[in-house]
Amino acid sequence: MYVAVKGGEAAIANAHQLLADRRRGDRSLPAISIEQIVAQLGLAVDRVMAEASLYDRELAALAVRQARGDMIEAIFILRAYRTTLPRFGMSVPVDTAKMKIERRVSATYKDLPGGQLLGPTFDYTHRLLDPSLLTDGPVAEPTRRTADESAMMRVSDILAGEGLIEGDGKMPEDHVPGDLTREPLEFPLNRDLRLQALARGDEGFLLALAYSTQRGYARTHPFVGEVRIGEVEVDLDIPELGFAVSLGPIQVTECQMVNQFQGSAKNPPQFTRGYGLVFGQSERKAMAMSLVDRALRAQEFGEDVVAPAQDEEFVISHSDNVQATGFVEHLKLPHYVDFQAELDLVRRMRAEYDAKSGAGEDGAGKDNGVREAAE
Amino acid sequence: MDAIKQNIGAAADGRKRAMGLLARASAVELQTAWQAIEPKPEVHPVRGPESGLVMVRGRIGGGGDPFNLGEATVSRATVRLGSGEIGHGQLLGNDREKARLAAIFDALHQRSEYSQVVGQLIDAVESRIDAEDRRQAEETAATRVDFFTMVRGDN
Repeated sequence: MYVAVKGGEAAIANAHQLLADRRRGDRSLPAISIEQIVAQLGLAVDRVMAEASLYDRELAALAVRQARGDMIEAIFILRAYRTTLPRFGMSVPVDTAKMKIERRVSATYKDLPGGQLLGPTFDYTHRLLDPSLLTDGPVAEPTRRTADESAMMRVSDILAGEGLIEGDGKMPEDHVPGDLTREPLEFPLNRDLRLQALARGDEGFLLALAYSTQRGYARTHPFVGEVRIGEVEVDLDIPELGFAVSLGPIQVTECQMVNQFQGSAKNPPQFTRGYGLVFGQSERKAMAMSLVDRALRAQEFGEDVVAPAQDEEFVISHSDNVQATGFVEHLKLPHYVDFQAELDLVRRMRAEYDAKSGAGEDGAGKDNGVREAAE
Repeated sequence: MDAIKQNIGAAADGRKRAMGLLARASAVELQTAWQAIEPKPEVHPVRGPESGLVMVRGRIGGGGDPFNLGEATVSRATVRLGSGEIGHGQLLGNDREKARLAAIFDALHQRSEYSQVVGQLIDAVESRIDAEDRRQAEETAATRVDFFTMVRGDN
């Protein structure tokens, strides 16, 4: 018989007190401020915003601090917070063609209009630890140069001029963009819903899947048509006024992955595209997203679905790290009753097994002496 | 008739611009401008200030049909002046006081006697943003790759 057991309140309270102490750490050191996290650990903050699916640098930095730098814990906290807020509406779709560019590179065209702008990149660094960062030395102001005012043409538009690339994604007439925060997912999904799921998907998971497509598990022949990072305006329609107003800018990273396509009965040979769009500066995530987006379009192009990255239900069901961590980590919570039942079952099976296989090991599997605790 | 429509259009454009810039104003800019107004007009809250979310949308492939990218925190407020004008403030982030002040300035923007003080505020915000954008564009431009071809000494 199992009797419900209570207890642990004091242990839990003390554990949380201990957590607060360890979070703060050595009191002789100054506490790290939210402003410092936003300014100096900006890419960690960006990852939390992207995967929490909530753009707010201050709150994301608070979550990073509260979670002691545990990214998934921070994402979890921020996700939970967003459920407490009412939704005012949907923005006008952001226009990435009008982005204020901080970085823009193309691996397909050397001399594209607007040029290759490296921006604040880790590329071409030697990945050597820099001992000078052990101290707080002076940092030089960035070099400036007169800026080219002309618009930054999208690479997809260059190829579109020749008719060699598929157009931007179109949904059927009257299609309302799906929202996975409002309705449970039902497979198969439309591309819009897949992109929403990928945009909040775990960077590591998407990176691994993207890598698998490059290693031959679904070949996509990818080229980075373009990666661009910068600010776009968020506009919201104000019904009382009858026009949209700007709420301010957000920083996003966009990746246009261009993929070779042999053509099929329905489509001529042309380049196809995978698309990545992510909150903040997150090039690796945007690139991985675009590779996985393209892989998941296999059926649309009549390609065989042979690899994990092409399996929509597999990818989308496992890309959310808050769901994943919830289910994996719940295993450490008390399962005493479940386990008691399993224990009884295994004992019974073992007794039957022993009885069948003769009396050779009589008594070895018996439970006398060891009594499990029932809580 | 067309001229009237155009005038209405121009007024809406002016208000749209002002509201967009009020959304970008810092707390200090709004506070300073508000403190400079004497005597203070009568202001009644209509809605908020309150914080919530806006679902930010992107477009598939950059220019295709919309999809839901993720949410952003937004604060908003609506106020009514004693003289009846309604003002709306809405901006990214959690700063409800900023939203309230932005709403007040949007309302004041509709009254000619305040056009100078509101105009000064939004012009100052605009020139600050322009300077920040220019600095960033110039810093980015310095990272532009200038390709050149190595001439091989074959002959």
